[in-house]
Amino acid sequence: MCGIYIHIPFCKRKCIYCDFYSVCGDDKLYGDFVSALNRSIKMRKDKRIKVDTVYFGGGTPTVLKSSQLALILNTVKNCFDVSPDAEITVEANPCTVTRESLNELFIGGFNRISFGIQSASDDELSALSRLHNYEQAKEAVLNAESAGFTNISADIMIGILNQTRQSLADSIEKITSLPVSHISAYMLKVEENTPLDKMIKRDSNILKSIADDDEMSDRYLLMCRLLEEKGFLQYEISNFAKPSFESRHNLRYWRCEEYLGFGPHAHSYFDGKRYFENCNVSQFIKSDGKSEIAYTDTDVDKAEEYIVLSLRLAEGLDTDRLASLDKEGRYRNITSNAMEINGLADERLINISQNGKHLSLTERGFLVSNTVISRLLN
Amino acid sequence: MKKEQIRNFCIIAHIDHGKSTLADRILELTSSVELRDMEEQLLDNMDIERERGITIKARAVRLNYKSKDGENYVFNLIDTPGHVDFNYEVSRSLAACEGAILVVDASQGIEAQTLANTYLAIEHDLEVLPVVNKIDLPSADPQSACEEIENVIGIPALDAPRISAKMGTNIEEVLERVITDIPAPKGDDNAPLKALIFDSYYDQYKGVIIFVRVKEGTLKVGENIKMFATGAEFQTVEIGYMGATSLVPSGELKSGEVGYIAASIKDIGDTRVGDTVTSVERPCAEPLEGYKKVNPMVYSGIYPTDGAKYPDLRDALEKLRLNDASLSFEPETSIALGFGFRCGFLGLLHMEIIAERLEREYNLDLITTAPSVIYKVTMTNGDVLYIDNPTNYPDPGLIACAEEPVVSADILAPSEFVGNIMELCQDRRGTFKDMKYLDETRVELHYELPLNEIVYDFFDALKSRTRGYASFDYEMKGYQESRLVKLDILLNGEVVDALSFIVHTDKAYARGRRICEKLKETIPRQLFEVPIQAAIGGKIIARETVKAMRKDVLAKCYGGDITRKKKLLEKQKEGKKKMRQLGSVEVPQEAFMSVLKLDE
Repeated sequence: MCGIYIHIPFCKRKCIYCDFYSVCGDDKLYGDFVSALNRSIKMRKDKRIKVDTVYFGGGTPTVLKSSQLALILNTVKNCFDVSPDAEITVEANPCTVTRESLNELFIGGFNRISFGIQSASDDELSALSRLHNYEQAKEAVLNAESAGFTNISADIMIGILNQTRQSLADSIEKITSLPVSHISAYMLKVEENTPLDKMIKRDSNILKSIADDDEMSDRYLLMCRLLEEKGFLQYEISNFAKPSFESRHNLRYWRCEEYLGFGPHAHSYFDGKRYFENCNVSQFIKSDGKSEIAYTDTDVDKAEEYIVLSLRLAEGLDTDRLASLDKEGRYRNITSNAMEINGLADERLINISQNGKHLSLTERGFLVSNTVISRLLN
Repeated sequence: MKKEQIRNFCIIAHIDHGKSTLADRILELTSSVELRDMEEQLLDNMDIERERGITIKARAVRLNYKSKDGENYVFNLIDTPGHVDFNYEVSRSLAACEGAILVVDASQGIEAQTLANTYLAIEHDLEVLPVVNKIDLPSADPQSACEEIENVIGIPALDAPRISAKMGTNIEEVLERVITDIPAPKGDDNAPLKALIFDSYYDQYKGVIIFVRVKEGTLKVGENIKMFATGAEFQTVEIGYMGATSLVPSGELKSGEVGYIAASIKDIGDTRVGDTVTSVERPCAEPLEGYKKVNPMVYSGIYPTDGAKYPDLRDALEKLRLNDASLSFEPETSIALGFGFRCGFLGLLHMEIIAERLEREYNLDLITTAPSVIYKVTMTNGDVLYIDNPTNYPDPGLIACAEEPVVSADILAPSEFVGNIMELCQDRRGTFKDMKYLDETRVELHYELPLNEIVYDFFDALKSRTRGYASFDYEMKGYQESRLVKLDILLNGEVVDALSFIVHTDKAYARGRRICEKLKETIPRQLFEVPIQAAIGGKIIARETVKAMRKDVLAKCYGGDITRKKKLLEKQKEGKKKMRQLGSVEVPQEAFMSVLKLDE
């Protein structure tokens, strides 16, 4: 089985914290872009490839017309063997959808929608330079529900400028009372060269309004608890779902399964290689979808990747599967290393099963997962 | 070349009084260097020297000068370091000269270090030619500078050339005065060979190159020579003099001349600076008087960050010792840091320079432990121990009497800073001796200070309290009894031997507290809480805590792009390499250095 990722690199406005590839598009480009994208998918046509997840990410896919998105999805279906019960997701910004456009998306074949809501506080939303307010977000979710979507996801952000624990709890309360079945919760990170980064460099006082590491951790733990109370179970560092509503496409990433990406900067993992389409929007259009491929890893170290990725998941790591990938036995001591780390730490960071064959990180372990994982790799 | 037409001299000056600039002007004027080869401050050819604006190593160059009366002269200019730590180097340079140009800044007058070096020159029977520099500065007062030279040093100076090395003003007058004031060398070309080694370095192709001043006899290519002290014998392969930018073979060197010898010398231990070179066939009876051997005053452990580089560090230290005889080292082992060397230095600057040269010129990553002086400990059984490594400090119960070295220090500064200086010296357990007004605005303070109070950061502290105006010089006075304790630092409950040091009882608490604070700043948060403690014997006197790490996570991995995650892990791997694992705690290298700079 394989996943398909479609990257739509357009936004109405760039958010101050975002460093993903997207441009504030000139909507005249959209038509040419869709043609180029369709072309690039067709060039890869292979009906032997079975697909059970399709994900339209961005940018903001919904800056395109629903009909354009449906057309692209149709191309995907024509080029690959997409199973009838495939999970087909589109990301959306609350202010780029209407009742009609959501209806069209649902009819066009999309069955999962992910809204970048971020917060239920309008002050926090404007501090992030988001275009929507909470009322619009709420309306978008309700419209999606009435269009037929039963699998709706919302993003929540922790550590937003001027956020307090109370306002975070309030956002969680409000957003989980909407008909959503999945929550992605991210901690705000100041990435280099983003507008937020530049603002802070000009005025370091801004940093004071962003949660520091300790506060961020406390809010994260608070959020895990509140979401659990609402029936959202954590299945990945930043992802929570009602039972059976986990994002199958995202799980694919953490389970080291294959996916093909289309569009500028879209990443793929296929046939043991990791690569991405190395071009910007205008190059992509000019080349009519035949963009240059940049390899990031042509000889994937499957054992190492399995450790790195599986430990992001609540389901964790299975030492038998690791052993089957780790021919040289580099990580045969992983369980005793894990015990050693638990012994050092003041609180348990790693759950180790009775028979020692299964490892997963605790909530606190997730919070320091980079350090824990790099220690396990050494 | 007739001896009457040779002049061998050096330049003595305080840091920043313009010695290197004057040397550059002299090189230009004697057309020794083509303009295209001219780099600012040619004699300071180590990167560190240019950056810090100081001369560390002695160096020599031969110049041709046609005087106003039409005679051709050969000048051998031997550069000297200005800093107090490098007195030893100065002494080597002086032994090769008949005279010294004393450069004094017309706006600042004489500084303590200049004074020390000038006295050294007078001790070596050198003719001192005073020169007043920087007359182009608005604040220049050449007349009082001259008067000060006469009053303080006691040599005639009213007719001293008044120059601006920067602008090139009156440089020729200096050169003419070199001819008239500095005597030509003496010596008998036919006497048995006697040449003084005053510097050396290692050349990849030619082996050890030694710089000599021939005092008696003649040195020829192909001749068999012998090192008086080591007894090693060699056949000379190349002999010549030092051109401004390269070595120039000349076939022979006669008495009075300065030049170099290459003799396929492979073992750097065979040639000691200060030793006498003589001929195997017709040796001289007595060696020349070597220089006064200086003893290291400050000791510190130097360790490679990567334990596998230990042999490289040893090679590098051996090569450095070749042209820095004042450096001493012997192997030592630390539980925390592994294999390394206990190195002896003339002072803190010397230590910093050596560490920096090792890192830059030999591409090594090093950890340097806090400097220590040598303590003299008399045991209850009567044994006397000299302790240069705090780790070896005996159990207090076995000590009958502990003594620490004290120095006699001279501080020169504008009189408005007297209060600040006294406060600082007081704080550093100094004993006031006396105070002299050199004139209405300048004062000389004399203190006795424990050496261990000045090896850390005294000079920096002094500079910052006098807006950079004070100068400072010291010499060893001897030992005095003192109430000393060994202070240990514990990380996560375990003593880190490389962080232990010896301190006066009265200062132990404050120092212990400050070090714990500093370490807290430099040690990153770990997966667990790390207590940092300072202890005397078993008693904890200070504590700080590095809280456990709470957050280190990449929350978002987007669209299947795991390159960020990988980069991050790579970065962590790299970062780990720069850490020292002390027990369960990872400590960055800077932690070892940060405890040196407690005054910040």
